[in-house]
Amino acid sequence: MAGSTLHDGLTPLNGPSNQISDDAQGFYVLGENIVDPVAPAGPIKDRWTTRKFENRLVNPANRRKLDIIIVGTGLAGGAAAATLGEAGYNVKSFCYQDSPRRAHSIAAQGGINAAKNYKEDGDSTFRLFYDTVKGGDYRARENNVYRLAEVSANIIDQCVAQGVPFAREYGGLLDNRSFGGVQVSRTFYARGQTGQQLLIGAYQAMERQVAAGTVEQFTRHEMLELIVVDGKARGIVTRDMVTGAIETHLADVVVLASGGYGNVFYLSTNAMGSNVTAAWRAHRKGAYMANPCYTQIHPTCIPVTGSHQSKLTLMSESLRNDGRIWVPKNVADCEKDPREIPEEDRDYFLERIYPSFGNLVPRDIASRAAKYMCDEGRGVGPQVAEIGPDGEQRMVRRGVYLDFADAIARLGKHGVEEKYDNLLDMYARITGENPYETPMRIYPAVHYVMGGLWVDYHLQSNIEGLFVTGEANFSDHGANRLGASALMQGLADGYFVLPNTIRDYLADGPFEKVAADHPEVVAAQRAVEERVSKFLAIQGTRSVESYHKELGAIMWEYCGMERTEEGLKLAISKIRELRADFWTNVKVLGASDNLNQDLEKAGRVADFLELGELMCVDALNRRESCGGHFRGESQTEDGEALRHDEEFAYVAAWEWGGDSNEGGQPVLHKEDLIYTAIEMKQRSYK
Amino acid sequence: MKLTLKVWRQANATAQGEIKTYPLDGVSPDMSFLEMLDLLNEQLVTQGEEPVAFDHDCREGICGMCSLMINGEAHGPEVTTTCQLHMRSFSDGDTITIEPWRADPFPVIKDLVVDRSAFDRIIQSGGFISANTGSAPEANSVPAPRDKAMRAFNVATCIGCGACVAACPNGSASLFLGAKITHLGELPQGQPERWSRVVDMVGQHDHEGFGGCTNIGECASACPKEIPLDVISQLNKDLRTAMKQGL
Amino acid sequence: MAASGAAFIGFVLGHMYGNLKAFGGQEKFNEYAHHLRELGEPLLPYEGFIWIMRVGLLAALIVHVVCAVVLARRAGQARTVKYAVKKNKGSSLSSRTMRWGGATLLLFIIWHLVNFTFGKVNVQTGETGAAAGDPYSLLVDTFDVWWMTIIYLVAMVALAFHLHHGTWSALQTLGLTNTASSRQRAKTAGWVLAVVVAGGFSAVPLSVLLGIIEK
Repeated sequence: MAGSTLHDGLTPLNGPSNQISDDAQGFYVLGENIVDPVAPAGPIKDRWTTRKFENRLVNPANRRKLDIIIVGTGLAGGAAAATLGEAGYNVKSFCYQDSPRRAHSIAAQGGINAAKNYKEDGDSTFRLFYDTVKGGDYRARENNVYRLAEVSANIIDQCVAQGVPFAREYGGLLDNRSFGGVQVSRTFYARGQTGQQLLIGAYQAMERQVAAGTVEQFTRHEMLELIVVDGKARGIVTRDMVTGAIETHLADVVVLASGGYGNVFYLSTNAMGSNVTAAWRAHRKGAYMANPCYTQIHPTCIPVTGSHQSKLTLMSESLRNDGRIWVPKNVADCEKDPREIPEEDRDYFLERIYPSFGNLVPRDIASRAAKYMCDEGRGVGPQVAEIGPDGEQRMVRRGVYLDFADAIARLGKHGVEEKYDNLLDMYARITGENPYETPMRIYPAVHYVMGGLWVDYHLQSNIEGLFVTGEANFSDHGANRLGASALMQGLADGYFVLPNTIRDYLADGPFEKVAADHPEVVAAQRAVEERVSKFLAIQGTRSVESYHKELGAIMWEYCGMERTEEGLKLAISKIRELRADFWTNVKVLGASDNLNQDLEKAGRVADFLELGELMCVDALNRRESCGGHFRGESQTEDGEALRHDEEFAYVAAWEWGGDSNEGGQPVLHKEDLIYTAIEMKQRSYK
Repeated sequence: MKLTLKVWRQANATAQGEIKTYPLDGVSPDMSFLEMLDLLNEQLVTQGEEPVAFDHDCREGICGMCSLMINGEAHGPEVTTTCQLHMRSFSDGDTITIEPWRADPFPVIKDLVVDRSAFDRIIQSGGFISANTGSAPEANSVPAPRDKAMRAFNVATCIGCGACVAACPNGSASLFLGAKITHLGELPQGQPERWSRVVDMVGQHDHEGFGGCTNIGECASACPKEIPLDVISQLNKDLRTAMKQGL
Repeated sequence: MAASGAAFIGFVLGHMYGNLKAFGGQEKFNEYAHHLRELGEPLLPYEGFIWIMRVGLLAALIVHVVCAVVLARRAGQARTVKYAVKKNKGSSLSSRTMRWGGATLLLFIIWHLVNFTFGKVNVQTGETGAAAGDPYSLLVDTFDVWWMTIIYLVAMVALAFHLHHGTWSALQTLGLTNTASSRQRAKTAGWVLAVVVAGGFSAVPLSVLLGIIEK
């Protein structure tokens, strides 16, 4: 914490960015710079309070005349539906799952941060704000992050009132733990199932509103198009996944809470259905996609076992507190039983390279180091096929050991069990190996995306009437998200931020009704119908799944843990080829008038094939390393990430410019990040 | 591994279904059960046959979307969800029968996919604590005894998958119901609505057409989250108290 | 189900106690039977107690059977399409045989009432209404016939099964098994009652057959 100084928030501490490099030349068009049109001013601690007061109110009698569409029922969407329903608006909630309770927020394990300072260990709103901005490597928007820290305490109150069974101390008061390398205990948790418990809380609150008649719930419905009328978002087109019916839903405002797009990598810790389609459809209708290349890669996941792998499972990184990470020193030992490799032939590479932090270096550093070891050929576990940097297929072992032998010697088997049994059991169940006897194998995996649709301080995108919350927007985590902050952001947006900003927009409503036969509505519906028919009409030879796998392999190799100019350019050309092939050779069986999971997937993969290219262009343009984005060309002599604040302290907001296979190019709009409360600093973990 | 799969195929909710037999080769013991079905589907697509529809999402045992009756056991032979079941639990040459959850309140939509919206309606009938956003008092103003909070948590781990219903010879959802009643009833915040909640939720459960509980216990054995049978006792106790109060 | 079942548990315990009087000999047994008829006098008329018991038991039986039928119908309607393969992995055989076991017991009770209460049928002599005032002789004559003993023993197996699950199930339905330990106790109680009651009832016919009890 040394050097954390308070600033009044009234004077800018840095100037606008001035980009000199131009790696992505020829792949994009530079557009106008943008600013947050509703950015607040004044002392940072008063900004949200003032804004809540300034934002206009909607008369309770008018609320039931206002229709709100919310896409997604995770923490951000479920909480918003419940809150706006309670307020008396007419809410229509959509999710692709069979119940709102299944949204992927449910899988979050660790906890939720809140600046309650129950431990009296020096926590405060300002410190949570500071940690989040610093953790995001100074690429987040200050105003939004401060507000997030400010409302964090209310979230805990709200969840406890709903019956979320947080861990408690013997006195019956709430317990906290320290998480993700921060020095204060501000993380509230419900064993390893915090996300589940918070989501069930939001879900129950939402179901209560369904019973009250303020929220109408559409499950097994997928949003496939945004309807924009006179520049305003006025509705969506959905497909009923059971009957196949293409339906139009109109409203006064549309909220996207549709989560992240980590599945562009095919293998990730996301749910199988997590997708970018809702956000991407909005992007194609004009909404800017911000910082799409910012991806969080989590170091402690269970490695890939073969080409059949469909998803990766995360294990809490708390394992790194007691486990030691190593690979064999000699390539020849990689096939051996690890227990037969003598101590002197083991390379505890994190302890060797980062002697002061050792196995506890931040997520991105730990992840990259593991990748380098495997690139050198010193990985362990089964060989799996992948695309090499040269574009050719090769067989590589992707895994490093996470060894609890020392911990068992020190704490006893019982001591290790007490702390980690649920994680070690999960490992044993998935791999069939006993982690108490043989070292576990781990490898990094895609976990979260910090990028998303661009929004202003009110969480409104550049399309009027289109609001974006949770992981689907870009605003709060900068280039890297801290542990236990995703749940905080989802619920902050849903319960406390959106309801207070959307009302300022709705105060102008109800807007003039859009007729069902309005040309924009008809066009949107027809576009969806045509796209669905097209998938079925191609009648090619390759399965949707195989395209997704190939895209994932390209993204992982070239736009994963380390990105280079050369690799990204290669990736872009490969993605273009793959996309062109997809649209002529994909094979989707079945019909459109009933449940057809391949058809659903085809639409999602088609959008990933466009998003993947934009991520590569964004990564190519950003010739700096920050947070989860590591450019090989931008590192210190010691191989650490090197930021270039003068060039890149901006949000890259991309406007859709048409399919590149048809000559289109995305348009880059820069929003400068001007800090007034925190000064930018370079980090070091040596 | 080489397997023989007997899979329930049903084109839609109203169609007549049947069990179809598919041989499947090249199954790795490291595959999850659903990855094995992915492999089958890839093979079916190649052959030009429509892939088998089955519900799944998180594939890490928490969302509750996956189901499947595997050789007559809900979620298969291990105490876990189908997505966390691995093929090493089976042997080369095995025949595996895969059926959807069978219960009239869970109608089949297609193949192995069923409609579990009845569970949402049960929650709507009272499975919540009414606490409007913004009205909550400071979180630590009401302490909750640790043992009660622990019990609440243990049963709040229910993922709403429906295995209890699928396994119950009576087709009852009492374990699901009891888990929610116990979760909310153990917490101080859940007290004001405790008695009306149990009456309303049981009413909705019966209205949906689930069977009655005869305490057989198949539900608790099938539950991937190991929710114990005592939640049903708690449900009955709360219901009795509510009835005494004339609710 | 639970309340009427609990009434039956009380009844079979009392009934078994009475039956075991047979080991005390003809006089003791008949005296006990007579005593039951005089119980509660003069507050109750002669046989008043017995008739209150009979009416109460009949009411419990009706409740029990109606509940069972309702539950069975609900279960049938809750799963109209059966599984092709279904395994049981967490339930006792007794819990799954409650309906068949119950039906068996119902048939048995009807015969039992014909045999000892209303018909007083002596299967050896064929006479009915026999042995008024001497139930002991009827008892011995009945169980001297091997197949009668078999019928009763089969019924007692059904009763044991019914009690094994029924006791635990009743406690659970009454909401008295909220902890792991109370659940264990309830299951133990089921075992104990099943063994004691079925064993106690079976002791008399077996003893008759083996000649331990005789006229």
